[in-house]
Amino acid sequence: MLSAADAITAPSLSLGALAPLLVVFGAACIGVLVEAFGPRERRHAVQVAVALVGTVGGLVTTLLLVGERQVTAGGALAVDGASVFLMATIAGLGALSVLLFAERSLDPARSAFVAAAAVPAGSPRDRELLTAHRVQTEVYPLATFAIGGMMLFVAANDLLIMFVALEVLSLPLYLISGLARRRRLLSQEAAVKYFLLGSFASAFFLYGLALVYGATGSVRLADIRTASAAGGTDVLLVLGLGLLFVGLMFKASVAPFHAWTPDVYQGAPTPVTAFMAACTKVAAFGAILRLLYVAFGTSEWTWRPLVYGIAIVSMVVGAVLGLTQTDIKRMLAYSSIAHAGFLLTGVIGYGGGADGQGTGLGGTMFYLLAYGLTTLGAFAVVTLLRDGDGEATHLSKWAGLARRSPLTAAVMGLFLLALAGIPLTSGFTGKFAVFRPAIDDGAWPLVVVALLASAVAAFFYLRVLVLMYFSEPAADGPTVGVPGLPTTIVLAVTVTATVVLGVVPGAVLDLAEQAARFVG
Amino acid sequence: MNDFPFLLTMIAVPAVGAAVVAALPRGRDVLAKQVALGVSALVFLLAVLATIAFDAGGDRFQLTTSVSWIPDFGVDFALGVDGIALVMLLLIGVLVPVVVVASWRDTPPANRSMSTFFAWLLLLEAMMVGVFAATDVFLFYVFFEAMLVPMYFLIGSFGGPRRQYAAVKFFLYSLVGGLVMLAAVIGLYVVSSSELGEGTFAFDALRQIEIDPGVQKLLFLGFFVAFAIKAPLVPFHTWLPDSGAEAPIGGAVLLVGVLDKVGTFGFIRYCLPLFPDASRDLAPFVLVLAVAGILYAALLAMGQSDLKRWVSYTSIAHFGYIALGIFAFTTEAGTGAVLYMVNHGIATGLLFLIVGMLIARGGSRQIADYGGIAAQAPKLAGAFLIACLAALALPGTNSFVSELLVLIGSFPSVPVFTILATAGIILAALYSLLVYQRTMHGPPRGVLLEAGTGPTPAEPVGGSGTATVTAPAPAAARLRVRDLSRRELAVAGPMVALIIALGVYPQPLIDLIEPAVAATMSDIGADPAGVQPATDTEGTD
Repeated sequence: MLSAADAITAPSLSLGALAPLLVVFGAACIGVLVEAFGPRERRHAVQVAVALVGTVGGLVTTLLLVGERQVTAGGALAVDGASVFLMATIAGLGALSVLLFAERSLDPARSAFVAAAAVPAGSPRDRELLTAHRVQTEVYPLATFAIGGMMLFVAANDLLIMFVALEVLSLPLYLISGLARRRRLLSQEAAVKYFLLGSFASAFFLYGLALVYGATGSVRLADIRTASAAGGTDVLLVLGLGLLFVGLMFKASVAPFHAWTPDVYQGAPTPVTAFMAACTKVAAFGAILRLLYVAFGTSEWTWRPLVYGIAIVSMVVGAVLGLTQTDIKRMLAYSSIAHAGFLLTGVIGYGGGADGQGTGLGGTMFYLLAYGLTTLGAFAVVTLLRDGDGEATHLSKWAGLARRSPLTAAVMGLFLLALAGIPLTSGFTGKFAVFRPAIDDGAWPLVVVALLASAVAAFFYLRVLVLMYFSEPAADGPTVGVPGLPTTIVLAVTVTATVVLGVVPGAVLDLAEQAARFVG
Repeated sequence: MNDFPFLLTMIAVPAVGAAVVAALPRGRDVLAKQVALGVSALVFLLAVLATIAFDAGGDRFQLTTSVSWIPDFGVDFALGVDGIALVMLLLIGVLVPVVVVASWRDTPPANRSMSTFFAWLLLLEAMMVGVFAATDVFLFYVFFEAMLVPMYFLIGSFGGPRRQYAAVKFFLYSLVGGLVMLAAVIGLYVVSSSELGEGTFAFDALRQIEIDPGVQKLLFLGFFVAFAIKAPLVPFHTWLPDSGAEAPIGGAVLLVGVLDKVGTFGFIRYCLPLFPDASRDLAPFVLVLAVAGILYAALLAMGQSDLKRWVSYTSIAHFGYIALGIFAFTTEAGTGAVLYMVNHGIATGLLFLIVGMLIARGGSRQIADYGGIAAQAPKLAGAFLIACLAALALPGTNSFVSELLVLIGSFPSVPVFTILATAGIILAALYSLLVYQRTMHGPPRGVLLEAGTGPTPAEPVGGSGTATVTAPAPAAARLRVRDLSRRELAVAGPMVALIIALGVYPQPLIDLIEPAVAATMSDIGADPAGVQPATDTEGTD
């Protein structure tokens, strides 16, 4: 299947196929230059514009590649239905995240990000800066780099490129997790934790890469596929796969590699949390799908039990620990862990198609899109509720929200119902799309576990609904900020998508199904 | 006339009505009520017209509409009714306007508006119509689950003191059942795609395929658990008394009258025809639950001190009869069971409505707080008596016909269970009449003696107690209980009329129901004559 590419010795470069990455990384580089040379007073507007042009441009150029099927850049990059769908998803969600970053009317200091990250938290200078209207803008180029890395991650056809992409997407994320303007220590702690654990995960990935290279003599996914098909029982290969898998599971915040998730989700500035919850998840699962289906598609038995077990652990951990949370961001973090388990259920539904075209792929990709939009919207609502100390994330503050602001409560209610997977929301369509291939593949016990976990998880979503709708508002409750244009756009898009993907999902499902092809 | 999309209209009209009511500005409660009443009356009219257009001797599914919905999943937005679904639509058509009128003067809890209540009510109506009219299993599931949301808000926002707990319990129980069913729905699809080459959710196509008996059992259980929670059968029933007690009266009527019927409807529409072998194999197990429910719930009903919980428990006992009738596998018992579903909706609906009127007067849900009401409010007492008599299935009331059909039809095929179930009749007489007697007759008690909502004082103090000091009436007068107002008569009147009319002349409904039940029984391979078929099925096809 790689015969055409194999025959070419000189690296072939298709600029058209690389265009989305070039646009996004180009925008990131321009952002760095603006940061260095742009006048401070105009920097914010310029940075937002550059980041938006970059991500939207990335989205548009990706969409131009629809139908394309090729391996390019010397075999390092695969442009196929799956990578186009996932790259477009990441670019789109990335653009929405940038809009969230750009919100200026919610925080009295006009930004969710710290004015000077290097100033020690709690120092006199820090207190002085807290109320200053100075806005630091390094988050935009950093996030753009991360988005570029994620897009590269899902298109990488080569383990080394995959590793490079992993680092490109991770390093900026470590940094921007620590940029919260309020509760800075929590934010910095989150960043350090994320960095340390993330480095471990990268090391695992690298070690796995080395072992796989040792076993097969190549880092190309297609070569690994051939080698694993021939000598499937190689211990090195299986061990390598395991280690690679651990690295990716960490990024996808799948239990038992999830320990960082609640802390980082809670500590990071909420727009960044939204960005991580939506985009990182898509990128990590994109890479998992490609690794398993393309490189190890012929030796399904090596990873199937692993994925099976981890999916159960993740669903149970996410659903059960989510019950005890009192902070909405931590709750959504555990929800994200449970959803990672549901996504793995889709991964199980591989179907053994010749080029990885089991229905599981299309279903999982649809789920990623639906979940990304919903969770992004949910975090966007979290940014609206504020009290004197920034965002009011404690669940008790959400009591009686329907009375204070019916619209906010209704929007959040919709997202919660979607996360719980109630029909006529995107969450239900997504669940159906991943459970069907799993049952088709004989994994019905896994699906039953998944459904029971959904029922448990529904309890904590319901609890927020109960608080918002059926409880009396607390006397010193938080205020509901009036969102500016950027957040309004994000909410409008995510609400519309959540409803449309639930009521008339046909077109998008069709798209995902048609895009569910790997080249390799 | 047959080309008119009745079913689609019956879903669309209340859904649009709900949106209109929800969009009304705050403080326009009166307009909201009028819109809700108009919309629900229109749905009733449509249901009647649909019944006229329906040809009882014709095709199994009529008034069908189908448009492709999610082609990737093979899902169609397919609607159609057989006789069973049609009578349920009629029941919905009757109950919703009655509930709207009954809730006319309800005062919502602080800071809530009645227009929200009516918006949820109409949305619920749209979904209830959808769940009975769907002929696509996926569509059915969607309505089945989505129906929870309006009910959840009705209970949680407008219910009694423990409404939060009740709403969450209701939602979680139903959701767990629904999710287990989802696994079975997907499983069914997967089976169909291996049998037919292409997956489908169309009920008619699924009915035709032969499923491996082992798989059938699993799928049957998936569906059964969801329906048994919904119906509810006995080990799965604990949510109903809580929800029934805490829901606002209007919500409770629809909850017990219609929503729970989705469970028994599911048995007869989905479990039996789709999984005939599993249904036969597991029928004894279901019958045990049914009969246990009849007896156990009847005993619990006798022990209740709360009026609304009492009604809920009587319903659980009645659901036992319905399940018995369905799983006896005879056309007669099945017809009786479906008729029971309608009759129970009317009889228990009236019971809940009267209890609600009583509670509106006394401000207490405790049976012990009422006594001697009949002397002051004879019409109220009369309506209550008729509802109680219908609950105990006295000849002349509608429930008698259906209960008799169930028992007579079940006896040839499952005699032991039928005999045990018959004992439930005696218990029903006890729990109904005891409560009637305590609340309506005897010396005045509870709320008749003192204003306010406190429980019965330890010692009756007659007219000289301090409680009547504030009343301008002469010192000797006790607190007055108003008899039924004109509005309340408009609520109770039609229900009473239906109870009597269907008790005397149930034939039109039976004519509608019987062909559909007979078709179902022939799907399962049961002998319509009423003899239980042999459990091994070889040679029957």
